[in-house]
Amino acid sequence: MIQDYFRSYAVLIIFVAVAVVVPIGMLGISYMASLVKVRPQRSTRIKRAPYEGGMRPLGDKPRRFNFRYYYYALLFVAFDVETVLLYPWAVRHGVLSRQFGWAALGAVLVFLFVVTVGYLYAWRKKALEWQ
Amino acid sequence: MTDGFLDNSLFRNIYCYIAGGSDGCAVRGYDAGFLPSGLEWLAFAITAFVLANIFINGALGGVLALIWGERRILARFQNRVGPNRWGPMGSLTSVADAIKTMFKEDIVPDQADRFLFNLAPVIMVVPVLLVFAVIPVGIGTVVADINVGLLFVIAVTSASGLAIAMAAWSSSNRIAIFSGLRAVALLVSYEIPMALSLVGVLMITGTLSMSGTIAAQDIPFIIVQPLGFLVFFLASLAEMSRTPFDLTEAESELAAGHLNDYSSMKFGVLFLAEWAATIAGAAIITTVFLSGWRGFEPIPSHLWFAGKVVAVLFVIIWIRATWPRLRIDQVLNLAWKGLFELTMINLIVTAILTAAMSDLEADGSMFSRGELLIMAAVNWIVFFPSVYLIGKLLAAKPYNKDGSEDLPDYPVATEQDAALEGAAD
Repeated sequence: MIQDYFRSYAVLIIFVAVAVVVPIGMLGISYMASLVKVRPQRSTRIKRAPYEGGMRPLGDKPRRFNFRYYYYALLFVAFDVETVLLYPWAVRHGVLSRQFGWAALGAVLVFLFVVTVGYLYAWRKKALEWQ
Repeated sequence: MTDGFLDNSLFRNIYCYIAGGSDGCAVRGYDAGFLPSGLEWLAFAITAFVLANIFINGALGGVLALIWGERRILARFQNRVGPNRWGPMGSLTSVADAIKTMFKEDIVPDQADRFLFNLAPVIMVVPVLLVFAVIPVGIGTVVADINVGLLFVIAVTSASGLAIAMAAWSSSNRIAIFSGLRAVALLVSYEIPMALSLVGVLMITGTLSMSGTIAAQDIPFIIVQPLGFLVFFLASLAEMSRTPFDLTEAESELAAGHLNDYSSMKFGVLFLAEWAATIAGAAIITTVFLSGWRGFEPIPSHLWFAGKVVAVLFVIIWIRATWPRLRIDQVLNLAWKGLFELTMINLIVTAILTAAMSDLEADGSMFSRGELLIMAAVNWIVFFPSVYLIGKLLAAKPYNKDGSEDLPDYPVATEQDAALEGAAD
């Protein structure tokens, strides 16, 4: 039984290897085509400029961006941890309720209450607005 | 050697063809294979390799078919003919496109970070292909039946945000960077409702394995968990950046977004990854909410699975043909203020229902068909008012309903403007 468990992961590892090799192989074939001069390779400075709608690009590499994206990254970290904690509970919820009755649900509702307060706080602080 | 893995019919057929002499195959009545005994590990590795190749190349072939199908169907929606030159009904168009893409000139911009620029397509496509390893496409037809399949799928698909950000940032193109930032905000926001909407399903099935999820669906979960299905469907549309959530490559604003500076096969691989993600998403929806390969008898299970996947894909294309693209604030509001609350409602209602009916059934399963029906009824009663209320909450406030002064300041044409216009004529 335990051997089957590792076997399924061994299959998965081989699958990962094939999944990595296939796209690299496709890129490789395309590269080979340029070696035998089937694929054109006539690069110019204009071609190698970044494509920004056909205009000549102004300035250096852009490095500044809107800070609003940062809010969502922070919120994501908080709520993704919530998801991580809920998954194991959800799988055992039926078994736990059979064993402990409604107390099993009550414990999780306390946790969800804390998360909901945090969510309402974020809403109140306008972290969810795109302004 | 334990041989529980030989219950997997797909695995057994190839493995026993190679190493029929081993114990497990002999018991199951296979002829002796051509590999001598003692080399079972080699037979195992070859089998896994062959299966991986079949599934990955099948997925890629499916992508070509999907691109053709999508173009044909969209053309029908828009009263056009669509591609019709290569092959019957234009069915070889995508093949021609794939070959053409391979022999295009490869351009790397001077400003680009070459290493990340070349790595991004591979990072984008590998996780998508990995999804196909854990999805059962028929009775006992799955490559790796791991016990945390659902978790694996959620974990692996979230890598696409990284790949898009990498592609966008490394090409150091303003338009691409806008697209990359949007993609990260969007993917990150929709990952939470997507993961949380599966919690209701997990409570009913009590397992994370894909085959366990299918086995638990005496009634498809689209009926038992309507809220969970709605949220999961919308969130996976966003995760595969399909219309109405395709802000990352909004053609009218960002040209092709993060694909802007890519050409040749690198573009091809990125494009392929996106379409493969659509198929993978449809396959996940089919497995989790449409009872996977289950159906009634005369039609084989593989056809059931394929038919359901095609139906889901058709709905996705239909949505693309029907709805316009949303703005970024609307998209993020929908994720955080709409779908998040719907998942919380779904989660609490399902938790109460499962706790109330948690007694073990006679046949060892968690819930009988009758209990699932009660659950479905309650969930549908909750479904309509909650969707209505969230819709009310998110609806745009109408301007100037009572004729008061808060009219928006539209620019009004002055006499000067009129004079200028006259001069231009």
